[in-house]
Amino acid sequence: MTYDIILAGVGGQGVLSLAAIIAKASMIDGLYVRQSEVHGMAQRGGAVLSHLRIADRPIAGDLVPSGGADMILSMEPLESLRYLPYLKPEGIVVSATEPLVNIPDYPELEKVLGAIRAMPRSLLVDASGIAKEAGSPKAVNMALAGAASLMLPVKLASIERGIDELFGAKDPQAAAASRKAIELSRAAHASSAPAPEGGRR
Amino acid sequence: MQDLVLLGDEAVALGALHAGLSAAYGYPGTPSTEIMEYLIGEGERRGRSGGPSLVASWCANEKTAYEAALGASFAGKRVIVTMKHVGLNVAADPFVNSALLDIKGGLVLAVADDPTMHSSQDEQDSRFYADFAMVPCLEPRSQQEAYEMAVAAFALSEELAVPVMLRLTTRLAHARASVEVGDARPQNPLGKSANRPGWSLLPGYARKRYELLCAKQSEMERRSESSPFNALTGGSKSTVVITAGLGGNYYEENLEDFAATLKAKDGGAGDRRPARLHVGFYPAPEKAIRELCSGAGQVIVIEEGQPFLEKKLRGVLEQSVPIRGKLDGLLPLQGELNPDTVRAALGLPARKSAPPSPFPLPGRPPQLCQGCPHGDSYQAIKEAVSGYDPATVSINADIGCYALGALPPFSVPETLVCMGASISMAGGAADAGIEYAIGVIGDSTFYHSGLTGLVDAVSMHRAVTVVILDNSIVAMTGCQETILPSPKLRAVVEGIGVEPEHVVVIEASKMKLAENVEAIRRELEYRGPSVIIARRECLEAFRLRKKKEKREAEAASKSASASAGKGRDGAAGCGANSEGGRA
Repeated sequence: MTYDIILAGVGGQGVLSLAAIIAKASMIDGLYVRQSEVHGMAQRGGAVLSHLRIADRPIAGDLVPSGGADMILSMEPLESLRYLPYLKPEGIVVSATEPLVNIPDYPELEKVLGAIRAMPRSLLVDASGIAKEAGSPKAVNMALAGAASLMLPVKLASIERGIDELFGAKDPQAAAASRKAIELSRAAHASSAPAPEGGRR
Repeated sequence: MQDLVLLGDEAVALGALHAGLSAAYGYPGTPSTEIMEYLIGEGERRGRSGGPSLVASWCANEKTAYEAALGASFAGKRVIVTMKHVGLNVAADPFVNSALLDIKGGLVLAVADDPTMHSSQDEQDSRFYADFAMVPCLEPRSQQEAYEMAVAAFALSEELAVPVMLRLTTRLAHARASVEVGDARPQNPLGKSANRPGWSLLPGYARKRYELLCAKQSEMERRSESSPFNALTGGSKSTVVITAGLGGNYYEENLEDFAATLKAKDGGAGDRRPARLHVGFYPAPEKAIRELCSGAGQVIVIEEGQPFLEKKLRGVLEQSVPIRGKLDGLLPLQGELNPDTVRAALGLPARKSAPPSPFPLPGRPPQLCQGCPHGDSYQAIKEAVSGYDPATVSINADIGCYALGALPPFSVPETLVCMGASISMAGGAADAGIEYAIGVIGDSTFYHSGLTGLVDAVSMHRAVTVVILDNSIVAMTGCQETILPSPKLRAVVEGIGVEPEHVVVIEASKMKLAENVEAIRRELEYRGPSVIIARRECLEAFRLRKKKEKREAEAASKSASASAGKGRDGAAGCGANSEGGRA
């Protein structure tokens, strides 16, 4: 089993912690993980990309090849489209619906969301709405993790344990909101999420 | 044995600690920063809870960092010095000279290159520096190797009495993977070198030392031939492959498909995987390369960075074996490698992808944060020069977050070259006849290498206006503290000899725009060197500071309520704080 994920968003949105949670959960499940991040100038409010590779055998490189990603997981709808060349033809796009408009020429939102809906396998997530409902506007990335968890080859229990291990000690309140956001997001998308490849769940 | 998940940078740091590290110095620079951050964290932890003493500190620049490391090595201690590739240009003087020294405590230079210039000004490949200085270079290609090579580098440094370079590249430095770590070796005892001629590069001594360095080359080559980091694997010879650094990973990523196409083409039974050498220890093993290439149909060289090995292989004279790589366009000469470029170089068809976006996507370049003080400073500069003929104005900026002011909406700086260049370039422009020559530089960059440019400006009484953007922090690399605290800056500038009435402190904010424009105009009209200190804390630094204060307040109230008998802990905490991370 190999599962390659492209995580996308804008600098400051929490893409790296989203990647960290999934990576942690994968390791709890005993899988091999490589997670590539962007630091420095590249993350100052610009497009941010993280490669996350999960496998049940050693992984050669840190980067996902073009046409190699099983999933694009994006904190921002426009950014999910930027990395489509990384996606397998049958790959899944999971994206938050709320745009981050910090550029003058941001396209019409409906056009962006329409393009995502038109993908053969995609899931749009009202991540900020779910985060608010969970009691922490900061849990947007966890709402996204919750939706993605319906298709990822990692156990839900491992994601929850990962959250506790990464944030639990530092900020128990945030950890609780994160778990809640994951639960709400899974419930909201249980019927609409595309089936994972080969029925794996 | 223990499994940890580490960035490549962190794996280097931990390897160094386990090799018995006593001291670490560096200057922040992407993608090397996290090596020191890890070590500084460990130093603070030991300050609180005990353990072998570890001095880990940022320095004013890479040169002072490297020189401090030399002092520690002279004293017999193991020491690491960290920087990004362009930082090594600044440290080149002590680095190249140090190859001639009788290195005592193991000295490892961890330098992180940034091909593709994710966060840099050029793509220089540090392996050329190691070659130039005639010292060994180790190049890991996984987090595990980063750890192991850091450990090995210290031993190598002490055995050969030379500094050893550990070369990283962005994708390894900033990718996480699981690392299996070993036990820690004790630190070296204090014991300075008794070999004065080995540490004093007077020409007479230096000539002898250079002779010795030349003699050490054959030992380096011998070790390279037998190094486990240089792995020669047999196989088909129609095409043989030499890989280095992350090129080896991308090759392996495509190996199965490559072997299948070779089998289809060549026929024959069994595995058709090409014979291959992966190089992780330089100087490269020449015997192994000759053995690999003897009888080969062609050789493909896949290395991360500039075509260092490929150039060595090609030389000048005609080759008996065709050499393919970056110099003949098989692989792109520019930018980092990736699984796709290596795949194409192996003649494999691109993998099928999902269709691209149905409409063109606008770019989203990095930008200054909303409300960033640098934005207010640039706005003030922009308005201050708006009344002048642009031909009489030259605005030179520098390296840091504020370089982003060169992009819209500000588009203020006209030049960005290297750390410290803003002030000296403004000086040259003024000498050439530009009336209003401006140098814009961050506080940390000023201490790094702007000071000397200002000394020149004072000495020649140049009509330059220097704007120091004092946001109290090294923002771009993740908010390390500036080497000296903000209130010292004015005295430093005046101490260099700028007239006190031409050292003007302004607050970089929207509210103060009109008076800031006025202040800048006044100084632009002054026909001598003036310095405007535009002060306001970085927003990200502010956020981090508040978070830290909240954490400390919570911890303080917790320990106060716990018991009064814990004075020792509290005192240790205070000590660590008053040091401010700058021993």
